[in-house]
Amino acid sequence: MRSDTILEVRQLSHLYANGQGCRQIDLDLYPGEVLCLVGESGSGKSTLLDTLAGRRVPQSGSLRFRDRQGTFHDLIHGDTATRRQLARREWGHVFQNPRDGLRMNVSAGANISERLMALGQRHYGHLRAQARDWLERVEIDPARLDDLPASFSGGMQQRLQIARNLVTAPSLVFMDEPTGGLDVSVQARFLDLVRRLVHEHGLAILMVTHDLGVARLLAHRTVVMQHGRIVESGLTDQILDDPQHAYTQLLVSSIVQA
Amino acid sequence: MYVAVKGGETAIGHAAQLLAHARRGDTALAELECRQLAGQLRHAVHRVMQEGSLFDETLAALALKQAAGDVVEAVFLLRAFRTTLPRLGSTRPIDTAAMRVRRRVSGTFKDIPGGQVLGPTADYTQRLLDPQLLQCGAAHSELPQADPLPNPLPSVLDTLGAEGLIEAELPPPGDPAPSDLTTQPLMFPADRPTRLQNLARGDEGFLLGLAYSTQRGYAENHPFAGEIRMGELELFLEVPELGFAVSLGEMTVTECQMINQFAGSASEPPQFTRGYGLAVGEAERKTMAMALVDRALRAQELGERITAPAQQAEFVLYHTDNVEASGFVQHLKLPHYVDFQAELSLLRTLRQEHETRQGDPA
Amino acid sequence: MKIEFNFAFLDENTKRMIRRGLLKAVAIPGYQVPFGSREMPLPYGWGTGGIQVTASVIGRDDCLKVIDQGADDTTNAVNIRSFFQKVTGVATTTSTARASLIQTRHRIPETPLRPGQIMVFQVPEPEPLRTLEASEQETRTLHAYQDYGLMHVKLYEDIARHGHIATSYDYPVMVNGRYLASPSPIPKFDNPKLHHSPALLLFGAGREKRLHAIPPWTRVESLAFDDHPFEVQGWEAPCSLCGSRDSYLDEIVTDNAGSRLYVCSDTDYCTSRREEA
Repeated sequence: MRSDTILEVRQLSHLYANGQGCRQIDLDLYPGEVLCLVGESGSGKSTLLDTLAGRRVPQSGSLRFRDRQGTFHDLIHGDTATRRQLARREWGHVFQNPRDGLRMNVSAGANISERLMALGQRHYGHLRAQARDWLERVEIDPARLDDLPASFSGGMQQRLQIARNLVTAPSLVFMDEPTGGLDVSVQARFLDLVRRLVHEHGLAILMVTHDLGVARLLAHRTVVMQHGRIVESGLTDQILDDPQHAYTQLLVSSIVQA
Repeated sequence: MYVAVKGGETAIGHAAQLLAHARRGDTALAELECRQLAGQLRHAVHRVMQEGSLFDETLAALALKQAAGDVVEAVFLLRAFRTTLPRLGSTRPIDTAAMRVRRRVSGTFKDIPGGQVLGPTADYTQRLLDPQLLQCGAAHSELPQADPLPNPLPSVLDTLGAEGLIEAELPPPGDPAPSDLTTQPLMFPADRPTRLQNLARGDEGFLLGLAYSTQRGYAENHPFAGEIRMGELELFLEVPELGFAVSLGEMTVTECQMINQFAGSASEPPQFTRGYGLAVGEAERKTMAMALVDRALRAQELGERITAPAQQAEFVLYHTDNVEASGFVQHLKLPHYVDFQAELSLLRTLRQEHETRQGDPA
Repeated sequence: MKIEFNFAFLDENTKRMIRRGLLKAVAIPGYQVPFGSREMPLPYGWGTGGIQVTASVIGRDDCLKVIDQGADDTTNAVNIRSFFQKVTGVATTTSTARASLIQTRHRIPETPLRPGQIMVFQVPEPEPLRTLEASEQETRTLHAYQDYGLMHVKLYEDIARHGHIATSYDYPVMVNGRYLASPSPIPKFDNPKLHHSPALLLFGAGREKRLHAIPPWTRVESLAFDDHPFEVQGWEAPCSLCGSRDSYLDEIVTDNAGSRLYVCSDTDYCTSRREEA
């Protein structure tokens, strides 16, 4: 393992009763890099993301995370309390559907402040100041601080999810098809924002997408999945310009035609 | 000068007297006897026994009389009495195949071994009010004669089981003793024996509504009434000192087994699944509803999407009990003026501040 | 047919089961202990949890006080007191100072409690997170990992909307720095009395089948923000009857024109002050 690996995945499997899922996955993630998992639906990419994020328990394999102090945590055999702590402080999770990632019945400010309060911050004024600051950073008018997310557009809701996650300065963010519900122009703005934040904060991002265009714009490295396995991985430009595996060639040619 | 209200004790005494008068009604008419209730209003008495979790027709009739016909109140009276009873032991599990059947119907097969037996059902009567019942002493029809049914009478579902077309009914690994909801708190996740216990003593109206919702698209059950049977069963208690089981007498029981669709998965062949209902007394509507809700609550175990209220175990099981529900809904009529005062003073503060902000001191 | 009852209605095994639950509750202050709540001859939601706790700790030498809304003479208090007179025959009192055991709904008496006394609270909903998270499995997990950010989200939102924390009763508390707990629907005015209480405080929720406890001298903090500290209700006028300026007051509407006056909710406190004067 390289000394700066943030997430180390070895022979990880999570299979459903019907045989779908992900099997024998090997993967390393480094600080500051964006890695995209691509493949069609049913390829196991979302299952893999959920398993890595601790939302599903793998049947076999190992999974380790290195925190900012350089301490490694065994995420499978380690205790749940630590894993939940890490999830609150060190990780973020951006969902395709903002309803899964936001509290729709409380204000944008409360959404952003929740993780800070979970970590023990108890000064209302400071919480609001940070929430306002983060709204600005994700290009939402700070005057919307007390508005409910339900009154936001789809693109704003996704940016609010980003703010809600990044407010505790996590080192790793999982994103599951974050642009899935957005139209093209809104998508571009969202991807620009993510790219800027990755650069500013040295974030590592693990993103599931079925859209090779998103991978092309954002990902340093791309991993292609089919039938629960990784069939090809490498630098994104390499994968997209010179695909080696027949399935990757098919995927790439289909977007070229489209 | 204002004097603090007193006299709670007197008021309570007066209310009890008024209640007793209202219960007795017109004294020119004969007072109801409990045996009349047990003998002639059997469905009401049975329901009180089911939801009161105590099989005693006399006590259930007494509760019903004391509650002036309020079934939920009668259930409450019976439950409170039940608390004071010592537990002597548990009877052997009953086997409904050994039932002395009075009614047995199947909606899935035209004819079945032993035949369809309608028994004392109102199913095929025309629901016209019978003015003859306004007077007592109407003519009594003869009791029809029928050939005795084979005993034991195996379940209709066994024929599907023999072909492997319906899931096997097997106890969980190790066959652990079921929990007892009357002495242990309901905890989640709740296993199927616990869920069935909860449903068996649950409010018939609530279960009926939930079951109905599963038929109207809030869950995908696709049920068939595989078999419904009602009759008498003998109960046996194992007495350790004696070394053998002693018969405690007979109990009327109704059982409903629903057959439901299930597509199967990669690991399991397509097969029918089951929903189960059982209650003491005559309880056809109740056990049918119970079987539908039982099947809906198996969604997670069977890998189905949980989308409907009837599939959510916490939602269903926490709200079936009518003694709990009745108490909590009605506790709102208790004095809450301390909390209301707290809310009132908060609201006045908020209003004042709002008006100050608006710059419009009204 | 004659029906006889055991001392305090419940059989001895049930009382033991409840006392075991209470011991666990005392050992883990603020933790909700599930227990096999029994069906009582009073309705759920009317104090069955408190009644079972009282029934399992009461002895023949106890002197029992029962209050509802701070008063001994409210109908529900009268009913519960008369139940215990019937099934135990113990002495009862309206005096907070004389009572060894006090069952209450919605108030803590104004007269300070003393060491050795036991206060039993009737609890309708023991889970402070319930209105924010409906699932019991989920709330138990949140308690297990002390994951209480959600509760503060509610308080944050109150301030954002109203300028204040808009919870005036059943105000959540942190017990012994570990468990978030419901103090039962007492007005927040009474919350400070929970902190370092010399008396043992027992909480029973019959319908929800949970017990919790605050042992004597336990640290109990009402949740707040540094810049929005916890505050209790106050009144501009004193009690119209005894003149007290430091007790919780009930608002009484005295005529159809809406005239109002304010009197102590704790009737024993108000009466003894008037007798002393």
